[in-house]
Amino acid sequence: MAEYSVFSLLKNAVSGNRDWKPAWRKPDPKPEYDVIIVGGGGHGLATAYYLAKEHGITNVAVVEKGWLGQGNIGRNTTIVRSNYMLPDNTHFYEHSMKLWENLSHELNFNVMFSQRGILNLAHTPSQLDDYARRGNAMRHCGVDAELLRPAAIAKLVPGLDLSGSARFPVIGGLMQPRAGTARHDAVAWGYARGADRRGVDMLENCEVIGFLRDGDRITGVKTTRGDIRAKKIAVAVAGHTGQVMKLAGVDRLPIESHVLQAFVSESLKPFVDTVVTFGGGHLYMSQSDKGGLVFGGDIDGYNTYAQRGNLPVVEEVMSEMVALFPGLARVRLLRSWGGIMDMSMDGTPIITTGPLPGMYLNTGWCYGGFKATPASGWCFAWTIAKDEPHKFNAPFTLDRFHRGILIDEKGQGSTPRLH
Amino acid sequence: MLINCPYCGPRDVSEFTYQGDDNRVRPDQASTDQAAWNAYTYDRVNTMGDHKELWLHSGGCRAHLRVTRSTLTHAISSVAFVRDHGEKKSAARRKPGVRA
Repeated sequence: MAEYSVFSLLKNAVSGNRDWKPAWRKPDPKPEYDVIIVGGGGHGLATAYYLAKEHGITNVAVVEKGWLGQGNIGRNTTIVRSNYMLPDNTHFYEHSMKLWENLSHELNFNVMFSQRGILNLAHTPSQLDDYARRGNAMRHCGVDAELLRPAAIAKLVPGLDLSGSARFPVIGGLMQPRAGTARHDAVAWGYARGADRRGVDMLENCEVIGFLRDGDRITGVKTTRGDIRAKKIAVAVAGHTGQVMKLAGVDRLPIESHVLQAFVSESLKPFVDTVVTFGGGHLYMSQSDKGGLVFGGDIDGYNTYAQRGNLPVVEEVMSEMVALFPGLARVRLLRSWGGIMDMSMDGTPIITTGPLPGMYLNTGWCYGGFKATPASGWCFAWTIAKDEPHKFNAPFTLDRFHRGILIDEKGQGSTPRLH
Repeated sequence: MLINCPYCGPRDVSEFTYQGDDNRVRPDQASTDQAAWNAYTYDRVNTMGDHKELWLHSGGCRAHLRVTRSTLTHAISSVAFVRDHGEKKSAARRKPGVRA
């Protein structure tokens, strides 16, 4: 019987809810594991889960500085989509989408995956042409995409300013109906519990402060809870990749850390039932099940590790929101926060073996890591288990920059603030 | 965040355009060392703490500025004109028609 089911609910209700097991144990570190995953965020936990489930590698520890899911997995705007144009990206994110579609069932944990669709609005004819091209590229790869006219958009999102007198009139849009949102914390907790039940140790409050080495080879980690050895060390620490890799002697990477701000409004009655993005600037918004509008825009655009941003971006995001939805002008903002993004030089992630022997690296998610969580973990687990990438992450190498085979979805070059 | 432009005085960050990491060393224009160009283009130290970086006062005097700013607190410890560092303009940047 599944751990969480209507029967277990009834049984525990009758016994006063005293018999629930914690979602994961709090073990002490063992001296040695087969695999250590540095970083207990979404990607690290998904990696641990798929290592145990797909590859039978269960002598694994997830080493986390704070508590599980404290980072970007719990700070994002929860959008899940696979509407990419370049085939390498399309296949990877579509694999992620397929994992999302069965995730609640697989984890026996309701991740509240809601396929409400994502609508990218176009405001100029050339932008609409561009969306048509991207939609066609997606359909070539077997991903769903529909080009919508304003009449269809008006029906779908009645709150939009479609009067034609808007500063950026909406002339069409690209819809991916299978896209949507998910409950971000639940994803971390579901993966953590799934991995824990298969024997993976979750080592919280266990900060990596150095690496154990044998010549070039990485043979373990020094942590605040003692030295731990392992045959394979996998790093999935998002915005702090540069800092952790410096501990291993890797001083330079094609990564910059930037802050992305996100916002939630006060709760409203049902206002929008899809994810909407603004094409005249950069805004993405949806409405949570609690009623708050969850939205964000561009990164602040300068290197930072401070988990807070500045006001110009706040002002820009708000003005874009009101440009699209004049009816929201007097809605109050409830909270805003910032998270640190590992911005890669071409806007595409890195999932690879190396760069040192015994090490595996997962980074460069820019600000699109949440949707990739299942496929990132799935591909990283494959790479760790087999010492070679799966075909889905084979293009996401670290040396692609120096070899000139970049995957630059937006064609912006090595300017992280523009990706 | 305020940046204290040496020409205009303290101005809001929205007047400035970030021009990136100043820890990189641009190879000589004539260099054909591909590894050096690749490193300059793609590799970053991604400093935690005081970070050397370049800003353009695009909404003001349009001077290029060399700024040291903490990436932990956003506190700015120094701002100077890039041109004060006495860098010679390379031949490739010279306007067409202007004699050397």
